[in-house]
Amino acid sequence: MKPFVTLSTRACPLPVANVDTDQLIPARFMKQPRSAGYGAFLLHDLRREPGNAAAVLDDPRHAGAQVLVARRNFGCGSSREAAVYALADHGIRCVIAPSFGDIFASNAVKNGLLPARLPEEQVDELLQDALVLGGGPIEVDLPSQTIRVGNKVFAFEIEPVWKTQLVNGWDDIDMTRSYAAEIERFAAQDAAARPWAAPAG
Amino acid sequence: MADTARTIIDKIWDAHAITTREDGQSLLWVDRHLLHEGSFLAFDQLAAREARVARPDLTFGVADHYVPTRNRDAIVPEIRGMVEQLVGNCAEHGITLFGLDDRRQGIVHVTMPAQGLTLPGLIVVCGDSHTSTHGALGAYAFGIGASEVAHVMMTQTIWQKRPRRMRISVDGRLPPGSTAKDIALTVIARIGTDGAQGHAIEFAGSAIRGLSMEGRLTLCNLSIEAGGRLGLVAPDETTFAYLRGRPFAPRGDAFERAVEDWRALASDRDAPFDREVVLDAASIAPTVTWGTSPEQALPIAATVPDPDRVADHGSAQAVRDALAYMGLTPGMALGDIRIDRVFIGSCTNSRIEDLRAAAAVLAGRRAAVPGLVSPGSSQVKRQAEEEGLDRIFRDAGLEWVESGCSMCVGMNGDIVPPGERCASTTNRNFKGRQGPGARTHLMSPAMVAAAAIAGRLTDMRPLLAGRTP
Ligand code: SF4
Repeated sequence: MKPFVTLSTRACPLPVANVDTDQLIPARFMKQPRSAGYGAFLLHDLRREPGNAAAVLDDPRHAGAQVLVARRNFGCGSSREAAVYALADHGIRCVIAPSFGDIFASNAVKNGLLPARLPEEQVDELLQDALVLGGGPIEVDLPSQTIRVGNKVFAFEIEPVWKTQLVNGWDDIDMTRSYAAEIERFAAQDAAARPWAAPAG
Repeated sequence: MADTARTIIDKIWDAHAITTREDGQSLLWVDRHLLHEGSFLAFDQLAAREARVARPDLTFGVADHYVPTRNRDAIVPEIRGMVEQLVGNCAEHGITLFGLDDRRQGIVHVTMPAQGLTLPGLIVVCGDSHTSTHGALGAYAFGIGASEVAHVMMTQTIWQKRPRRMRISVDGRLPPGSTAKDIALTVIARIGTDGAQGHAIEFAGSAIRGLSMEGRLTLCNLSIEAGGRLGLVAPDETTFAYLRGRPFAPRGDAFERAVEDWRALASDRDAPFDREVVLDAASIAPTVTWGTSPEQALPIAATVPDPDRVADHGSAQAVRDALAYMGLTPGMALGDIRIDRVFIGSCTNSRIEDLRAAAAVLAGRRAAVPGLVSPGSSQVKRQAEEEGLDRIFRDAGLEWVESGCSMCVGMNGDIVPPGERCASTTNRNFKGRQGPGARTHLMSPAMVAAAAIAGRLTDMRPLLAGRTP
């Protein structure tokens, strides 16, 4: 996984709450292998809905933006990791919101995408900032957990474990394999302690 | 530690923690890993690492998300490919699969518990957010993403942070006509779709104890719509009676031994919860959603909200946006909302009791709109046919089809056409969930049946007068 340290880019303001994973990628687009690329499906239907805020993705001022700013409960709903693939393949590397769906946030980190939590008022401020609205520069610094827009600096929150993982580009599976002996020991003890836990039949 | 009062959530957690790192992450043992067609992304990750499934004996697959519910002999190649991928991957790794022609085929969250694969005290994971359903049996069950699915495949473990604990207590008696679905929608409307974020929920109280296992499955299924990591109900006599004799459940002495262990899972009297929510069962009425989020739910006698009366700007905007998508006017009575079709199915409400409840309303009547009834599993389908429920649905003018995720998710051919409005027993009224431009109203099976007859949303209680639900 590619490490995430700092990001100097532009932002897309998406002033919508409860952006669910069905919006991020409608289910009908999930039949293809990851290698085929999921970027074109990001917010596929919302982008095409007349007057919807998601049209910002196609606004030339925000072309190439790697940050998305949204309201509370971003990524709620289904566990589809394809929602993260759509964001990542579109080029988004960080989503800023007051809160995230639990499974979404975990999926994001596994793909090197930073879910940065800012208090509601500060997200509002970002969503109304002339620089953000105009596609001006934004900087995200993960080690110091700060976001800089013009002369404003915001401190964001992230689970410490996720921060470590993102900064180092660590992969869970390699880490878990170093616990192979413990896992084996646990499995043996557990099979004796809970004989009923194995599927009968 | 031994004499500290613990919740059921902590007890299961502690029994599965292989190791806990300084940063608070624990490596948990996984007892059951459930797969479906969508698992291909994880199998691809496995293949890229040339890895094997560590414990195929604890891994079970079923075809549900993409399976067609009609004309299974003439499946379009793209969909057939999705099912065949699952068949191939399961065969390669020695995983038991309930495929299209298996008598046990059905929606993963309907058929696995019915097979006795879900047991109290187990950790169950699946690449599907409604895995929370299995909590009804007292299991610690949650949905995971594709990378985590690959991790579980390779190691039979998963890294997790201990969740905060929330107890939702519902005491008293539910009024006639109110169901587990109404409890869930009422809870979600009250705490919001992110109300339980970061929390594991224990459902408790006399009204929960009074629910059948099927009602508990519906309730726990919807805990993800409140943002919860999972939802569960402590196992009791209802649970044990449900499990006895199921194909994969322990047998004989092993079962009795298990029941002893299961009884000890209940939360200790003074166990601390990080958050408590209390509801009075008597206040829960048949409820429907009007918007595009499950939190936008109201009792059927209510009216559609007026965004001009919503104080907070962001919320008013959300109401306005939902009303525009749903094609509704502020202040109109929910009972005046005309519908174009109905759907009875999905892992939320497609079990035999759900079908019986809908049939009780529909018996001897005609639906004013078309609709689809898809039983939750092939087993449920057979049982319903033995009971003659299929005839009631057919005689009412509804289509009786095979089991699968069907019209819940708009990815297998069953969709609500653009702009049409569907009364549905499913779990998500998100924009486009049932197909691009589809408008979804969530409610219980009996409420959907009533809507079918009236051609609009309506209170089913008058229609049930003098009938046994
Ligand atoms: S029925 Fe719907 S919610 Fe349930 S598993 Fe299938 S797609 Fe998911």
